[in-house]
Amino acid sequence: MIKRELVIVGGGPAGMAAAIAAAESGVKDILLLERDQHLGGILNQCIHPGFGLHRFKAELTGPEYADRFIKLVRDSSGIEVSLRSFVVKLTGEKRLSYLKPGALEEIEAGAVILATGARERTREMIPIPGSRPAGIYPAGLAQKMINMEGWIPGREAVIIGSGDIGLIMARRMALEGMKVKAVIEIQKTSRGLVRNVVQCLEDFGIPLYLRHRVTGIHGAGRVEKVNVAEVDDEYRDKPGSGFEIKCDTVLISVGLIPENELLEMAGAEMDEKTNTPAAPEVNLTSIPGIFACGNACKIYDLADWVSRDSEKAGKMAAEYLKKVLSNQRRDL
Amino acid sequence: MSSHDVIIVGAGITGAAIARELSGFKLKTLILEKEAEAAFGVSKSNSGIIHAGTQNDPGSLKARLCVEGNRLIHDELARDLGLNFIRCGQLIVVFDLKDLPELEKIQRDGETLGVEGLQIVDRLWLNAHEPGLGPEVQAALYVPSAGIISPYRFVYALIENAVKNGVELKTSHKVTAIRRLKDGKHRFEVTASGKIFKAGFLVNAAGLFADELSAMAGAPGFRITPRKGEEYLLDKKREHLVNHIIFPLPTADSKGILIIRTSDGNPMIGPTAHDTGNKNDLATTDEGLAETLKGARRMIPSISKSDIIAYFAGLRPVCGHDFLIRHEEKVPGLVNVAGIQSPGLTAAPAIARHVRGILEENGLELIPRKDFHKQREKPVHLFQIPLSKTRELIKKEPAYGDIVCRCELVSAQEIRDAVKRGARTLDGVKFRTRAQAGRCHGGFCTTRIIKLMQEELGLGPKEITKRGPGTELISDERK
Ligand SMILES: Cc1cc2nc3c(=O)[nH]c(=O)nc-3n(C[C@H](O)[C@H](O)[C@H](O)COP(=O)(O)OP(=O)(O)OC[C@H]3O[C@@H](n4cnc5c(N)ncnc54)[C@H](O)[C@@H]3O)c2cc1C
Repeated sequence: MIKRELVIVGGGPAGMAAAIAAAESGVKDILLLERDQHLGGILNQCIHPGFGLHRFKAELTGPEYADRFIKLVRDSSGIEVSLRSFVVKLTGEKRLSYLKPGALEEIEAGAVILATGARERTREMIPIPGSRPAGIYPAGLAQKMINMEGWIPGREAVIIGSGDIGLIMARRMALEGMKVKAVIEIQKTSRGLVRNVVQCLEDFGIPLYLRHRVTGIHGAGRVEKVNVAEVDDEYRDKPGSGFEIKCDTVLISVGLIPENELLEMAGAEMDEKTNTPAAPEVNLTSIPGIFACGNACKIYDLADWVSRDSEKAGKMAAEYLKKVLSNQRRDL
Repeated sequence: MSSHDVIIVGAGITGAAIARELSGFKLKTLILEKEAEAAFGVSKSNSGIIHAGTQNDPGSLKARLCVEGNRLIHDELARDLGLNFIRCGQLIVVFDLKDLPELEKIQRDGETLGVEGLQIVDRLWLNAHEPGLGPEVQAALYVPSAGIISPYRFVYALIENAVKNGVELKTSHKVTAIRRLKDGKHRFEVTASGKIFKAGFLVNAAGLFADELSAMAGAPGFRITPRKGEEYLLDKKREHLVNHIIFPLPTADSKGILIIRTSDGNPMIGPTAHDTGNKNDLATTDEGLAETLKGARRMIPSISKSDIIAYFAGLRPVCGHDFLIRHEEKVPGLVNVAGIQSPGLTAAPAIARHVRGILEENGLELIPRKDFHKQREKPVHLFQIPLSKTRELIKKEPAYGDIVCRCELVSAQEIRDAVKRGARTLDGVKFRTRAQAGRCHGGFCTTRIIKLMQEELGLGPKEITKRGPGTELISDERK
């Protein structure tokens, strides 16, 4: 078992900011584990502008914003980056196991920061009844397909939920020549940023149906149509309000859930409703020496705030390590 | 034109088991399947329970073949084919002690059929062995020989082994016409996907479409009515929700809403049972969800709607109350294997032996093959093995350390293995490996899987489908 001072799981904006801050606070031995082939996390597929307005007073795209941090990580002598490294196990004693092509590694860490991000809520979590044709995508997957691979997922789309990824994808698909027929939102207001409602829907003439829900998705091979109904204050369908929209593509954008399976595995207390660590303060968990930051800790609407809070997590881990060290010295 | 001793129509569990059974003999056997892969019909969407044989009329064919199928899976196939069969046992619970006589009847009927170890247990026993049961449950019948299996991987194992022993499988081959011949050796001329195949014997294992196929061959006379069952899968975090499979007392049409353990870890609740006139109606409904939750929570109250991560509907191919397995005297050489509703998955190996007997009685010559390989190499699944074993595997093949599906721990090498073993679609990869079957539903891994499949199959991205032609995922590529 190899010993490392600080292990950070996740190389998105959260993990990178935490690593840089920890290094600046004097931690000399930091291992940053990222399961993808590159650092940057979800920012890599966010090719639209709108990042860094607060942080850098500049309007950057996701990859540009990530690049500024990647450079700092690479320049820091205390940070070792291991890509395509997937953590499969974490214990309360801060022992980690991770897989990478060709190896299974085991580590004993002095402190751990979990910056594992979030996953999208799915159709199944709502749950929307109907059949299971091809053509239903979590909005983030559609984003990755179009922006990273150049794959256009269909021709006529309906977006369920008005989260920011869904709004941004409405514009993205419209720009790619797809017809975006509607965004359906069960709440009274959009879940996304106002600027996204204006710039991504209104500017493109895409209708937003507030207080409506999709009551069914249908299709034998590909999606053929969705059923929609208006809802009342108790989210019950208003009789007679139902209509259908023909489409071959459905995007689901109904929010994010923090990915905290490792923290749970380590035995930390969780807030079951939000799937976040149960702790008195942001970035803390119920296990001393294990921290969480970024979307794994709570869902943020701007990467700028992720970077800001994650730096605090890096500092907290550095202070924790110092304290442990000085306690050990005193005990000697 | 190609010539065969036996053509089997349908590569579900029934057709697969028959093919594997016949592959032990010197025969030329062909399976024709309309879907892009095997196990894409009824056999993909069921409860995955290997029933003990109780809850069937003891005089029925179903009951006898179920008990025998369970025994064959436990004693032979699980080992020979590397199936992950788990005999976790089953509890049939009652909410009222007045119903005890019904449990006793199920016990007596089961014992008559040779089901072993049946035992009525009281609430004290249940508290110790199934602590999550709700307060309404009073007693249960414990059925130790019931178990669970992955239904599609069961089909794939049988098919792989049959193919290894010389059976030919043609997927994306829908049988559209059958002509009867009188040229001695060949009695059937079968048209599928514009090609012609001839054979002496025709085995109809076409599931929901067995009635149409039989009519095509000149033997109308029965009708399959689909009975829909909706099932809801729970998050793997609830893996230890129950220790057994839990049933209420059965009703006339169904075994009721069950709490099902699955061999992959996610518990499942369902199935409903409602007749539908449409053989393609695989939609789940708000009503089905409400009915399932209500039934399940009466037995295990801690189940909540937010535990659900996936759902599907399956159609039972119903034809009366029993299986319909017979040689059609009016169409010599045609063997119908129809109405294979529950417990068809369990009974399949016994059905296969039974069909072999019928074929032999009707003139098929069966000469055992000396070079029959009854064993199949088990595919690697990281989620089934301890980390120490994973370490050894990665040493031999580095790509087992390259994780593609994070929710279910599936490596790039497992995806490649699946394609090498026959996966041609994203669903085929999912059924074989579990990649995309977890809580994120492929949100993170789909693009990577598509790229791996492209590499292995030499296809363009637009040619990759969810489950065959008409289910493409990508409509255009950006210029
Ligand atoms: C909700 C539900 C739960 C169930 N639970 C259980 C359980 O727990 N345990 C159990 O033992 N059983 C269970 N069953 C029953 C079990 O699933 C079925 O008995 C079994 O899968 C039937 O298999 P099959 O091969 O006969 O049919 P299928 O799997 O449907 O196979 C028939 C094949 O024939 C093909 N085909 C049809 N027409 C043509 C044509 N013209 N040309 C070429 N190919 C054709 C189809 O595409 C299909 O692949 C359940 C069923 C349902 C619906």
